[in-house]
Amino acid sequence: MTSTRFIITVIGIDKIGIVASITKVMADFNVNIVDISQTIMEDLFTMIMLAGVKSENFDLAAFQKAMVGKGEELGVEVRVQHEDAFRFMHRI
Amino acid sequence: MLIHPEEILETIHMIKAENFDIRTVTMGINLRDCCHSDIDVLNKNIYNKITGYAKELVRTTEEVQNLYGIPITNKRIAVTPIAIVAESCDTEDYVSIAKTLDRAAEDVGIDFIGGFSALVHKGITPGDLKLINSIPQALASTKKVCSSINVATTKAGINMDAVAMMGHIVKKTAEATKDADGIGCAKLVIFANAPEDNPFMAGAFHGIGEPDCVINVGVSGPGVVNSTVRELKDPDLGEISEAIKKTAFKITRMGEMVGREVSRRLNVDFGVLDLSLAPTPEIGDSVAAILEAMGLEACGTHGTTAALALLNDAVKKGGSMASSYVGGLSGAFIPVSEDAGMIRAVELGALSLDKLEAMTSVCSVGLDMIAIPGDTSAATISAIIADEMAIGMINKKTTAVRLIPAPGKKVGDSVEYGGLLGRAPVMKVSEFSSEKFIARGGRIPAPIQALTN
Repeated sequence: MTSTRFIITVIGIDKIGIVASITKVMADFNVNIVDISQTIMEDLFTMIMLAGVKSENFDLAAFQKAMVGKGEELGVEVRVQHEDAFRFMHRI
Repeated sequence: MLIHPEEILETIHMIKAENFDIRTVTMGINLRDCCHSDIDVLNKNIYNKITGYAKELVRTTEEVQNLYGIPITNKRIAVTPIAIVAESCDTEDYVSIAKTLDRAAEDVGIDFIGGFSALVHKGITPGDLKLINSIPQALASTKKVCSSINVATTKAGINMDAVAMMGHIVKKTAEATKDADGIGCAKLVIFANAPEDNPFMAGAFHGIGEPDCVINVGVSGPGVVNSTVRELKDPDLGEISEAIKKTAFKITRMGEMVGREVSRRLNVDFGVLDLSLAPTPEIGDSVAAILEAMGLEACGTHGTTAALALLNDAVKKGGSMASSYVGGLSGAFIPVSEDAGMIRAVELGALSLDKLEAMTSVCSVGLDMIAIPGDTSAATISAIIADEMAIGMINKKTTAVRLIPAPGKKVGDSVEYGGLLGRAPVMKVSEFSSEKFIARGGRIPAPIQALTN
């Protein structure tokens, strides 16, 4: 693994409080937002975050579960994927 | 942000909407050090060796899947051809070894285990013969074991005695699993030029030039390629090829990344990345659909072979740039039952067995997952195998046959296996006899490698 940065994507119907609820979970897990972009694509709210994790003891599985769970509450799809998944595909 | 949002969404769309997956992480395990004259000791050695190496395979693969958010559909194991491992064993049949493989597979939680195999392209040893004769019972009494027999190579020619034998074995395997529409035959492949590092089933085995343990990865993605071709605005064929190449590159990169991470975590060598477009019964995840996207009304019509040649070549070109070690089969698969588009083409009357045979001369593998009438004679099955082996031998490529003579079924019926194996409409075979030709036996000599006209 070359970095411990994750790409977090949130896709779904826009409503009030998505950003607040999602970033709250991130803060609870000590996950830092490095970059964030947000847009409406094909009527769907789409938020993409580059997030960094410093802690050695970071529990990815628990974090993913919490994020996906929060997404379900909000009616949006949340994915937490290691940055390399995108770097490998789109950068040589 | 280092990665553009559009690129991120493209990747996510591939996984979410286009069925992109890492089809398999396959661990190859050498069993040559398990040999023993006592069958019980042999079985114990095999079980311990497999479960020793593979105990963390499933858990590690799942961790990597979660890390990258890319589905890894199957975890599999390939072992040294059992005919080699069991040859020195003082026993008449190898069914108990198949059961041991099945039990080991079950206990480590993998989906399939391949390697109930023999390489008999030049001749058959006593061990090979015992293995071949054990196949029907072995496949009927196990769930996860896959068997393959290599009966031809470009360097050795075709062993027609083995081809004749395999016609009977395919029939017996169907008969032994007749309660499940002959599903045993879905786990039995007859090869020409079998690759030693193929991660795909049912033909995976751990070749004799391989290390003690290795990780090979199979990537799929017909759905992604299909969408890519359909999104192009009035392209010419060169542009289609270019687009397929780029897509193949992208999906192969993901496999490379996953393979390296799994092998790093397991501390096992990374072998090869096999980029093969392996369709699934999901709508759109179809090789036939890609060919139709190029402008054919239905897969199987005139032009299909040319379209498939373009597809197969573009996939190889893109894939080979994306990974340091490309191997296995790497091309497009055309299994009938596993591809909704192929099934549709057969039912429309657009796609015949003859056309499928022609298509196999330009793509990866061969006559795959094709149901034929249950009363097809062993000689006819052998003759179909012989034709396919000849294509592989002459064209210096891998070809394979995985036929299901569906017990009690005739043309117009279909067999339903569910899951990745899908549904197979029973296809027509020639009603004329090949009996005398197959009964001659002997070998078809290796072909000349010059005067290539």
